[in-house]
Amino acid sequence: MTWDMIIPLLAATVQSGTPVLYATLGEIITERSGILNLGVEGIMMVGALAAFMVSRLTGSPVLGFLAGGFFGMLLASGHGLICIWLQGNQVVSGLALTIFGTGLANYLGTPHIGQSAPGFSPVPFPVLSHIPIIGPIFFQHDILVYISYIIPPLIWLFFKNTRWGLRLRSVGEYPGAAAAAGLNVTHYQNAGVLAGGFLAGLGGAYLSLAYTHLWTTGLTGGRGWIAVALVIFAFWHPFRAVTGAYLFGGVMAFQFRLQAMGTHLPSSLLLMLPYALTVIVLVFASKRGKGDNAPAWLGINVEPPE
Amino acid sequence: MNRFRVVKRQEPLKWRSCFVIFGAILLSLGVSSLMLAFQGKPPLHGMGLVFQGAFGSGWALEDCLVKAIPIYLCSLGVAIAFRLQIWNIGAEGQFALGAVGATWVALTFPNLPGWAMIPAMLLAAFTAGGIWGLIPALLRLRMNANEIIVTLMLNYIAILFLDYLVYGGWKDPASFGFPMTSVFPDAAIIGKIGGSNVNRGLILCGICGAVVWVFFRYTRLGFELRASGENVQAARYARLPYGKLVVLVMVLSGALAGWAGCVEASATLNRLQPSIMAGYGYTAIVVAWLARLNPFYIGIASFLLAGLRVGVENLQLELQVPAAFGQIMEGLILLTVLAGGFFIYYRIARRRTSL
Repeated sequence: MTWDMIIPLLAATVQSGTPVLYATLGEIITERSGILNLGVEGIMMVGALAAFMVSRLTGSPVLGFLAGGFFGMLLASGHGLICIWLQGNQVVSGLALTIFGTGLANYLGTPHIGQSAPGFSPVPFPVLSHIPIIGPIFFQHDILVYISYIIPPLIWLFFKNTRWGLRLRSVGEYPGAAAAAGLNVTHYQNAGVLAGGFLAGLGGAYLSLAYTHLWTTGLTGGRGWIAVALVIFAFWHPFRAVTGAYLFGGVMAFQFRLQAMGTHLPSSLLLMLPYALTVIVLVFASKRGKGDNAPAWLGINVEPPE
Repeated sequence: MNRFRVVKRQEPLKWRSCFVIFGAILLSLGVSSLMLAFQGKPPLHGMGLVFQGAFGSGWALEDCLVKAIPIYLCSLGVAIAFRLQIWNIGAEGQFALGAVGATWVALTFPNLPGWAMIPAMLLAAFTAGGIWGLIPALLRLRMNANEIIVTLMLNYIAILFLDYLVYGGWKDPASFGFPMTSVFPDAAIIGKIGGSNVNRGLILCGICGAVVWVFFRYTRLGFELRASGENVQAARYARLPYGKLVVLVMVLSGALAGWAGCVEASATLNRLQPSIMAGYGYTAIVVAWLARLNPFYIGIASFLLAGLRVGVENLQLELQVPAAFGQIMEGLILLTVLAGGFFIYYRIARRRTSL
């Protein structure tokens, strides 16, 4: 391996980690509010399709990207309705959302398989892209990658320094106390679910608008589930989500490189790598016992007050 | 202020719960029809085609039964795990490995006598599926790793492994390059029942269902499982062997899905090929939840959701509707039934005008 090979590989790592990063950050917000949303995979699929269709219809990838987030949020609101308002089981509702969302995107997208939509192309970042090594790795991407750089610190600041962020966290830790302190638990959890859906939708939109520019069935390929696993790896912390997403992106990029170089390893075995890595990463993160870091009321419904 | 408030019922509505499920399914059918209309297809006619395709002829009913077999076995397995509040989402992968195990026997020992072949295949499928269930169980117990994610990732890995085999070493040289193994020897093919199209896997379903039902109802261990599922903490205080139960439940769960894979490869396809992965493992989760983990209801729900699949195939044929429509309907049914559950346990009351 030489620098000429490593730098493009690392750049590809950042790119393929970006959609997972969006989704992981979204799920962190949702889970911090105490709601477990396993529908990320379905939300990403719907976001990807909505982004693709809107970009195709309007010719504006920016509108498409926002539509991806909006429709992701719309689908997530179903999860909110069932789990927060109607006391449904969070695990089952998330699974149902994934089945429904994947089906919906594949159903509506079938006529468009193989077609392309206007998307985002790499735009070298002024000045920064000229820095040796760092520049080519981090600053010669599309604008959505640059946006993904500023979201983790924003979320970190939100949780650490804003009143809303602290309240959202307290709702996930102990909704009873939060309610007694006069907070409207329902509203905070709803906001957490919607924000998470929006970001997961953006992650899906990245796949169809920047990663591929075209629509295929099963575009997300399990990235939504990987995002859910990465939340545990990240210990619900936005900065560690970046590490996790790029670790995963690295394996993904590496695996594609190996295939392109024509190794003798069968492609099915190479394709297993990201999923196997996810299991390994999850096991090590869980073993370190940081599962304790999870919001205490994660996945438990808050009963309506009498 | 809100004029309404939510009140928990003293007792869940027993008799009306059928009503709620029925209403929920009706609602999901309505929304599905809207989806059809959205794509410019006649909605009522479309729903008619689904219904007619699934239940409109003897041939269709047999097809439903054939498809219900793998769904039933997978769902029974999933339900056993759910009983203990272990979320086994891995039936899909366990199904794949079961099919691989059975195929390995059929291809490696083609000369086994008839009486030994099918039992050997079932044993291999049981082992392969069981191991695929054992891994997440051990990771959960020893490493505290979330079994939902692990079983899901193992699904992807198992399916890719199946692909690896049928695209590689197991590919039939006479298949013109198609990824499929050669046809199983006669002894390795599970036969049909009487003159029908339905294979003997149905008998296996009946036996497994009965055994599971008796096990939960009449055995000590079954009772312990039920108790642990209702309240894991209480079970620990009662010194139930929680870890052993988790292992047992996950191995059985994986083995049942493995048998589904064995039956599907042997009786339905007569060989192993990628099309065996039709998403039965995910449908099984929907079924288990709809049937409230009861082996008998799982039978009914498996048949109905198999009917949905057969019906959507008819819709695909007649109106060129994408196959994913069935998935939409499955997801919707589950979502509406979940939402409907609320009305079994809660009621909405008018706020008393105080102050």
